[in-house]
Amino acid sequence: MSLIQGATGEWEIVLGLEIHAQITSQSKLMSGASTKFGAEPNSQVSLVDAAMPGMLPVVNEFCYEQAVLTGLGLNAEINLVSIFDRKNYFYPDLPQGYQISQFTDPIVGPGVVKIELPDGSFHDVGIERLHLEQDAGKSIHDLYPSQSCVDLNRSGVALMEIVSDPDMRTAEHAKLYVSKIRTILRYLGTCDGNMEQGSLRADVNVSVRRPGAELGTRCEIKNMNSIRNIGMAIEYEARRQVDIIEDGGTIAQETRLWDVAKGETRSMRSKEEAHDYRYFPDPDLLPVVLEQSWVDAIKARIPELPDAKHGRLMRQYGLNSYDANILIADPENADYFEIVAKGVDAKLAVNWVTGDLFGMLNKRGFTIETSPIKAEALGELVGLITDKTISNKIAKQVFEFMLETGDAPTKIVEEKGLKQVTDTGAIEKAVDEVIAANPDKVEQVKQKPKMAGWFVGQVMQATGGKANPQAVSDLIKAKLGLED
Amino acid sequence: MSDLTNLTLSDAREKLRNKDITAVELAEAHIDAMQQTAGLNAFIFNTEEKAIEMAKASDVKLAKGEGGILEGIPVGVKDLFCTKDVRTTASSKILGDFTPTYESTVTANMWADGAVLLGKLNCDEFAMGSSNETSFFGPVVNPWQRQGDDTQLVPGGSSGGSAAAVAARACIAATATDTGGSIRQPAAFTGTVGMKPTYGRCSRWGTVAFASSLDQAGPITRTVRDAAIMLESMASYDVKDSTSVNVAVPAYEKTLTGDIKGLKIGIPKEFKVDGMPEEIQALWQQGIEWLKAAGAEIHDVSLPHTKYALPAYYIVAPAEASSNLARYDGVRYGLRVAGDNIDEQYANSRAEGFGEEVQRRILIGTYVLSAGYYDAYYKKAQRVRTLIKRDFDQAYEKVDLMLTPTTPTAAFGIGENIGDPLTMYLNDIFTVSVNMAGLPGISIPAGISANGLPLGLQLIGKPFDEETLFRAADVMEQAADFTALPQLMAK
Amino acid sequence: MAIDQATVRKVANLARIRVSDEQVANLESELNQILQFVEQLSEVDTDGVAPLTSAVEMTQPLRADVINDGGYADQIVKNAPASDDGFFLVPKVIE
Ligand SMILES: [Mg+2]
Ligand SMILES: [Zn+2]
Repeated sequence: MSLIQGATGEWEIVLGLEIHAQITSQSKLMSGASTKFGAEPNSQVSLVDAAMPGMLPVVNEFCYEQAVLTGLGLNAEINLVSIFDRKNYFYPDLPQGYQISQFTDPIVGPGVVKIELPDGSFHDVGIERLHLEQDAGKSIHDLYPSQSCVDLNRSGVALMEIVSDPDMRTAEHAKLYVSKIRTILRYLGTCDGNMEQGSLRADVNVSVRRPGAELGTRCEIKNMNSIRNIGMAIEYEARRQVDIIEDGGTIAQETRLWDVAKGETRSMRSKEEAHDYRYFPDPDLLPVVLEQSWVDAIKARIPELPDAKHGRLMRQYGLNSYDANILIADPENADYFEIVAKGVDAKLAVNWVTGDLFGMLNKRGFTIETSPIKAEALGELVGLITDKTISNKIAKQVFEFMLETGDAPTKIVEEKGLKQVTDTGAIEKAVDEVIAANPDKVEQVKQKPKMAGWFVGQVMQATGGKANPQAVSDLIKAKLGLED
Repeated sequence: MSDLTNLTLSDAREKLRNKDITAVELAEAHIDAMQQTAGLNAFIFNTEEKAIEMAKASDVKLAKGEGGILEGIPVGVKDLFCTKDVRTTASSKILGDFTPTYESTVTANMWADGAVLLGKLNCDEFAMGSSNETSFFGPVVNPWQRQGDDTQLVPGGSSGGSAAAVAARACIAATATDTGGSIRQPAAFTGTVGMKPTYGRCSRWGTVAFASSLDQAGPITRTVRDAAIMLESMASYDVKDSTSVNVAVPAYEKTLTGDIKGLKIGIPKEFKVDGMPEEIQALWQQGIEWLKAAGAEIHDVSLPHTKYALPAYYIVAPAEASSNLARYDGVRYGLRVAGDNIDEQYANSRAEGFGEEVQRRILIGTYVLSAGYYDAYYKKAQRVRTLIKRDFDQAYEKVDLMLTPTTPTAAFGIGENIGDPLTMYLNDIFTVSVNMAGLPGISIPAGISANGLPLGLQLIGKPFDEETLFRAADVMEQAADFTALPQLMAK
Repeated sequence: MAIDQATVRKVANLARIRVSDEQVANLESELNQILQFVEQLSEVDTDGVAPLTSAVEMTQPLRADVINDGGYADQIVKNAPASDDGFFLVPKVIE
């Protein structure tokens, strides 16, 4: 199932990912300039970021904390001594001529992340390391015919590079892995996970081999910023490699780019030249030495993470794994749900959140944070269904009114008189009237008991939908002498 | 005029405070001296207008009995220090007419203390050299000449402009930097006092980097007392420099008590190198006698890895430089020489912008860091550096200071050694291990060579114990009583 | 370890310095001279000796995460050989 079929037999895909996640800090990793997205060119650049002569880096403590927090969230080892190295290469958006990164002694060592496959089974992906590094600036190539524009606003923004082991075997694995990492980072609050703005992007290393054989030569697809494209790029790239090998060719280790428009990967010619990054410890910086107590204090701050939350939602609310997974995809979703579910039927709550609410948010272009219906209000609505004040059907009308007016559901139900009629006398009166008005149907129903539904419908219509359908059905059956 | 330019910093300070002279008078006298000595090529950018302006401001403060420890003192600044709105080039073509929008911490400290900027001083390009012949602005001429011989001599390097200007009375004091001997060696060649403090004592922020783990700023002056006053101003803890050390800066001048009784002075035997000239050996012995006579104890010490300091330096310094100088790429500032694409533009700009010696060091540095060679060269050199530092640590368990010659020879002629990089590198043989271990060192003029040129002795101190260093240097300075004057000084 | 001309060219390319054929020949001999000089380090037994990374025995100070810099694009591009609209301009880079 995870293998791909070639002309000469089966092939296995081997995938390893390097995820670059921007740390949600106010200022940059090595300078006090702002990290805010979308500012005027070079307006969020310090002399340090522009690598002016004599400028020196100083490490942002918060970025270090966030890296440690993330490491702990990835069940990884924290290295109490870590060192910043220089990675040397020339590029116009790399002002220093080197990127400050961590090479031999990263802040975070090996860890592991669990992904849940669609069949409900789990797959472990090893984390090789997480290190801190500076982001580069941005080159814009399409403003002038013969020149590129360089904006250094991003230059020096703190990134965590999370390097996985080559533990993934299908595009699905890779997609689940990225989305799992994204979820964990969002839970920890260390990265906003915004892939469109480039806060999270992945380099995907793809190789193919005969099942169980030695690793093949890999190609690196750079800078993927959508989970969907990651899947498509892997499928394309693996097929390309299989075709080349089966045609008697060999894979050249290279950096490739995913062309969204053409739906194919292509070689990045500018990166083809062999690199020699000449890593060495940055002599402007000193080893970062952490106290275990400092790390422990951060550990104490770790919120409930997705795996733990998944288990608890299932236990505490009796949800199935599928529903729990939808809710944990985003910590805001789960928080919202838990407010809604307070004191109401949990199954009803999850259906309303993942069904009506998400459908509405999607259609109207809201997020859970900007939802026009707050969790407390939706909880009140589900409460009205739970205590049988209104039926589920009426609730859908109330939901629409809530959207329109912003009023509380109780108020809407009151004002519009939508309260479910549970008064048996009133229902009985309506049932009697319907039976009396339709003697022919009464005769028919005695032959075909399934026709009872028609009577229920008539009574519901007569009561403006406010009667409790179960009570109506019971009463009709009793009056007509039908068996259950 | 010459009365004013002959003043030491401490004397000028007294006269300014007593209102015997004004800061403007003092600045004007030095501006005149700069013009007289222009042929030395020590100053590459003059800031006369700024100097008068700053001096006027100092006079206002002095009149009110206010002002800092350098109030009204005209100084020169090595062109490695970035100075706001004043062109800064590191004596390289590649910086073009780069004009910083910021001020280095060291110079900012001095302006806050009232110093007056006369101009920017020539140096070896990016401080890479021992003779000031690698400057894009041409060599600096040493104000000293051999007896009966008007051959132009080098002032040493890389702070050759600083040393020459101070020796020639074109400024009272100057800032300098020292990566492998660049303050102490030119001081020795020009009969001046050159002080390299402990690594981490002066902020490196805003000073053009050569080799980050070795670079350290310090003063060149005409007396030890002046060096003490200058360093007090230049030094500070700076949160903008991660390698700046947070220890209080003492009032160094107060430590000049003249009393070194019982001080233990180490004589490192490994500095007695083969072929050391007789007169250097004799000078060293003379220094030992002076210190003994003042009541110090002399001890033989061993620094077994001394021999390896220079080769290790010629791996570490170029390696760091190759990376530090990558920013000079013609994109954000400095020289740009067009090319068909960005990589050609880089290669053209850097080929045209960097001089030969700088290119040579960048290439060596790039090579020793490159794949497959890093461990054999860079890492090996840094391991050797650990051993060098360990040698000093062990010796300092027994002694307080060490005494050595500053240089193996007196100043040589311009052009004499230029074609031979290795011979040139040997100039730093006595100074470089001090940088490798991050220690403070001072060179004072101690004697005159057979052909009439100044010679220096070096004292090496414990980390952050510049006070003891100054105290002993002051005693030795008095004993040496060096009064000879250079031939090409301002009249 | 000796450097040949191909290595000189490779290193010059890594360092982005254009070198002429004549320079390559000179550099080959100069660089080899320097390498020969530093070769004496191999005499030193450094087994078990940690490389020194800084002359100060300190650990990295960490600064608070506050915005206290930037906001002066005009100063950033002030010394640029070519700039427009706040951008630095370079010959077109093709990816
Ligand atoms: Mg990578
Ligand atoms: Zn990276």
